[in-house]
Amino acid sequence: MRGIRKVMAALLGTALLTGGAAFAAEPIRIGAIFSVTGPAAFLGEPERNTARMLEEEINRQGGLLGRKIELVVYDDESDPTKAVIAVDRLLKKDKVSAIIGPSTTGSTMAIAPKAEEAKVPLVSCAAAIDIVSPVRKFVFKTPQSDVLAVRQIYRHAKKAGIRKMAILTASDAFGAAGRKELKELAGKFDMMIVADEVFGPKDTDMNAQLAKIKGTPAQAIVCWGTNPGPAVVARNRTQLGIAMPLYMSHGVASNKFIELAGKENAEGILLPAGRLIVDEQVAAKHPQKKLLAKYAGDYEKRFKAPVSSFGGYAYDALSLLAHAIKAGKSAEPAAVRDALEKTRGFWATTGEFTFTPADHNGLTEEAFVMVRITKGGWEMLK
Amino acid sequence: MPFSSLLQFFVSGVTVGATYGLTALGFTMIYNTTGIINFAQGEFVMLGGMLAVFSMTWGGLPLPAAVPLAVLLVTAIGVAVDRLTIRPMRGRPPVTLVIVTIGISILLRGGAMLVFGKDTHSLPPFSEGAAIPIAGASLLPQTLWVVGITIAVVAAMKMFFDRTITGKAMLACACDRRAASLMGINVDVMVTLSFAFSALVGALGGVILAPITLTAYDVGVLLGIKGFAACILGGLGNPFGAVAGGLIIGVLESMGAGILSSGYKDAIAFVILLALLFLRPSGLFGKASADRV
Repeated sequence: MRGIRKVMAALLGTALLTGGAAFAAEPIRIGAIFSVTGPAAFLGEPERNTARMLEEEINRQGGLLGRKIELVVYDDESDPTKAVIAVDRLLKKDKVSAIIGPSTTGSTMAIAPKAEEAKVPLVSCAAAIDIVSPVRKFVFKTPQSDVLAVRQIYRHAKKAGIRKMAILTASDAFGAAGRKELKELAGKFDMMIVADEVFGPKDTDMNAQLAKIKGTPAQAIVCWGTNPGPAVVARNRTQLGIAMPLYMSHGVASNKFIELAGKENAEGILLPAGRLIVDEQVAAKHPQKKLLAKYAGDYEKRFKAPVSSFGGYAYDALSLLAHAIKAGKSAEPAAVRDALEKTRGFWATTGEFTFTPADHNGLTEEAFVMVRITKGGWEMLK
Repeated sequence: MPFSSLLQFFVSGVTVGATYGLTALGFTMIYNTTGIINFAQGEFVMLGGMLAVFSMTWGGLPLPAAVPLAVLLVTAIGVAVDRLTIRPMRGRPPVTLVIVTIGISILLRGGAMLVFGKDTHSLPPFSEGAAIPIAGASLLPQTLWVVGITIAVVAAMKMFFDRTITGKAMLACACDRRAASLMGINVDVMVTLSFAFSALVGALGGVILAPITLTAYDVGVLLGIKGFAACILGGLGNPFGAVAGGLIIGVLESMGAGILSSGYKDAIAFVILLALLFLRPSGLFGKASADRV
């Protein structure tokens, strides 16, 4: 008994000494739901790591409004049902001020009504435009929407004189969303879709689809999916000797893709990507330059793993919330939401966020740059 | 549809189909000596590819050493699976044993995920060189390895069953275990041997395909299902039917994806399989006997 008391006293003492009066108040609780395990773990793991890292950094710098922040993280195991259970706990038991995540569109769509009903702001790290269109009062998201990526690709292709396009999309949620946007926007950019092929996300051979495309008058191919499918497409394409340009989505913007496809097969592939992947080539005076270098440096040092744009989505979600709490001088959920919606010109890793009542994604095409894979690395195009 | 495209569909179909065939061969060997379907067969294929990748990246071995090492390790795992799980359950009804193999497959898949991680990996091709153009289609040098090794395995098996006492003893176990045992054949050894062989051919399938299609901890599931379908198509228990079944499914899939629609790729093989089961329940090359199915 005495031992315990001694320990308590010691702990209290240290807390008072280190924290001082500033941390005497209750911490601000922020919930987080990420797919740390399961098939979407390649998204959730860097997101969880990043959020934890940023939490420590904010607390080291004195927290927000003189209070510490406390991140409550749950793993939805890439399963929307588990995300719903997690959001219930965050809202009812943990009483959080706001929530970041989940990692996937499916999980976000499953919990969005709950956040809406509880009137707690949710800043999702998932891609699909459906999350913020139509606008829900309390739901925001940080990743660039597919539609912005499609615009970048079509704009680049149009400039290169391409009019006839073949599309090759994965038959999962990400690929289906890309396929929809690719078809819808084709007319606006005078593109004619001459081949519309699909591949299973687990497929290991895309020769049949590519051979079919080879037989059409297509001048370029757009492939939409996440690893490993597009890597197989890149390999099969060189095997079949298809020379027309190959565009990919931002879903493959990581070094893992080059490794899987093989340097020689990835050569020349074009894709829209966030600036994080080419942070060293971003102009020194660009508003994102310092931020990107700092995040990439800190992450790589701490986790001994290359930084990915997915972690950046979580970085942005938490910094946007921190910014909103500071700007609105309150950690009350409703006040955080109002301050969040008033965010203007906030530079983060993904781009410049300007939220309005009609736009809860807040990014423009500016958030993407076109990159080309050259000699196993990423080259930013002007 | 130009001829060169059709030829291309055929070539890629044969490449993938050969792996289905080798997986199916593994199913057949264990079925023949034990009467059970080993649902961990797809995991043997996955382990072949993954162990080869990691012998290279972690062990620093060159490819010509990593591939045989991976195949040997998987063979050892096959023997261990029999000794540790199947033999202690001897005499139980086949359904119990089949459930045990499902458990093993989950265990192997989970173990591979923990040890090797969730990422996809690639293995370098066995020989360097660009694709070989043939009448408008193109052929990867690795495809020649795949086809060559598959033919070699089938030929070696034919020799083994026709010419060696052990091979004949295994066939005897397949015909009638009790009679074989009364004739002095050690059935336990034959069962272990069949597990070793099936793991070996599965692992071979995994390593020859990994350079073409990439590998990950969970590729065994789909390969297992396709291999099983190939096995049924060729007639359960018939080794040559199994390989032929694999090639047929591979080619049909590829042709279907190319000519009809790529969205239905996985469905095509199974629709044809279902149709065949209605018309010829014993498979293409199976004998119509009641106790087989």
